[in-house]
Amino acid sequence: MFTLIKRIFRSGWQSLTRNGGMIAANIFIMTMAISVITSLFLFKDVSQFLISSIQEKVDVSVYFKYETAEEDVLKVKEEINKIPEVKEVNYVPKEEALKRFTEKHGDNPILMESLAEVGINPFLASLGIKAFRAQQYEAVVSFLEKPQFNSLIEKIDYHERKPVIESIYSLTSNFDRAGIVFSIILALVAILVAFNTIRLSIYNSREEIKIQRLVGASNWFIRGPFLVQGAICGFFAALICLSLFALLTWGLNSKAEVLFPGLGLFGFFVSSFWLILLIQLLTGIILGIISSLIAVKRYLRV
Amino acid sequence: MRRRLKCKRRRGLRPLLHLRFRYAKARYMIKFQNITKIYPPNTVALNDVSFEVEPKEFVCLVGKSGAGKTTLLKLLLAEEKPTSGRIFFDDQDVQKIKSGHLPQLRRKIGAVFQDYKLLPSKTAYENIAYAMEVIGASDSEIARDVAEILDIVGLTERTHNFPVQLSGGEKQRVVIARALIHRPEVILADEPTGNLDPYHALDIIRLLLKINEFGTTIILSTHNKEIINSLGKRTITLHEGKMIRDEKIGRFIL
Repeated sequence: MFTLIKRIFRSGWQSLTRNGGMIAANIFIMTMAISVITSLFLFKDVSQFLISSIQEKVDVSVYFKYETAEEDVLKVKEEINKIPEVKEVNYVPKEEALKRFTEKHGDNPILMESLAEVGINPFLASLGIKAFRAQQYEAVVSFLEKPQFNSLIEKIDYHERKPVIESIYSLTSNFDRAGIVFSIILALVAILVAFNTIRLSIYNSREEIKIQRLVGASNWFIRGPFLVQGAICGFFAALICLSLFALLTWGLNSKAEVLFPGLGLFGFFVSSFWLILLIQLLTGIILGIISSLIAVKRYLRV
Repeated sequence: MRRRLKCKRRRGLRPLLHLRFRYAKARYMIKFQNITKIYPPNTVALNDVSFEVEPKEFVCLVGKSGAGKTTLLKLLLAEEKPTSGRIFFDDQDVQKIKSGHLPQLRRKIGAVFQDYKLLPSKTAYENIAYAMEVIGASDSEIARDVAEILDIVGLTERTHNFPVQLSGGEKQRVVIARALIHRPEVILADEPTGNLDPYHALDIIRLLLKINEFGTTIILSTHNKEIINSLGKRTITLHEGKMIRDEKIGRFIL
């Protein structure tokens, strides 16, 4: 048994070194397939990040009447915090609103002049409310529209923002769904191409398989070397792929950072290094073994 | 010099030919029963051929090319199925053996194929060793026997050459070596001398005779008139798929 396994491995390795060209082609195609699958994995993470960073920007503001006391506002804040759908509530006092305005429009003399004309701080205190999902804003707003708050609240900007909020949410969730479907199709295509390449290379060995059968080799003794070859190809393809991705994410890291602040491509790669390695090795080795298994089967009928 | 070489060869042969004498219970070893083989659509390769081969027998198959000699051997190896009729090997119906058990049958048969059927990606040494690896021989046995048989067929210098680097005659001798190496019960030799010069041809026939003396059944297919006439062994003559003659001491008549 042990000698048999040893011979299978030796024979697999030997034909690997003797058919260099074909093996290189196999490794190349498998590298492509594994790259596609890995990039789908990374893409999922990146798109998740983008979606959540877009959703992060969505909120509803509640403006309080000018004469409302700060403790009343804080009380309302407490109340809102108790609603389970609310993710967070930010209190923006009048002074803070003024500061933000001057920071933003400090270089616009007309605006600054008119502000000085007014003489007092014209801004209202507000609460920025973030919910977990777009549909939940409706509930939060209806809670705030109760008569008990009527005397405190000047306006809620939900109704003017509603279409924007909803379209952002439907866009991002559609994007997510389309991404998954697209990924699956792409992965299937990549796997099929790799499978076909391996099948072609084994097609070249069909005479050899027939001879081995006629000389009295058992099916596993014939299959073994091909499986070993497939697994080794997959292993090397995975390693190539891994270094390729390390280089790529490292190189693109700064550029991606400029486009989407807070998105660390290389960071993603490093933090999920072991998972990526596992995915690549498994895809490569399983793809190689299963393709070889299926491809050899039809020539073993002699 | 030549005599010394032969002496060495003969000495070398001995350990290889420890062949057993255990076919006593079966009257016949191989039996062809009303074999007909038709290749679609209507090429009749064999037409109602029946004969038996006893253990330790030396049988010659003769006939023009296309007479059905190779087909007969292919059927015995279960490479192809007969259209009708049955083939028995050691009381086993060859056609009923499941694909998974065919290797066991084939390991009992050493086949010399007319078209060599050498593994192109393996060297001469590895091709011969493969027949032993398949039966699970140990590495030391393989190293010893393969070197020995390469010496017997005179290919020691060609040990590490691939089939494409060998001449027709050399390939044929590698095939013969592969057929002998695992000490099969039967040797099917399909034109084993077809590509050999008379000197090597004679050597190979002598080798087959020697192996036969030690108890291995030999089925030799050939159209070499001189060999048949000088052998004086049982000869079956095929003509256009029909068996037209089966003589105890054969002559070459077509």
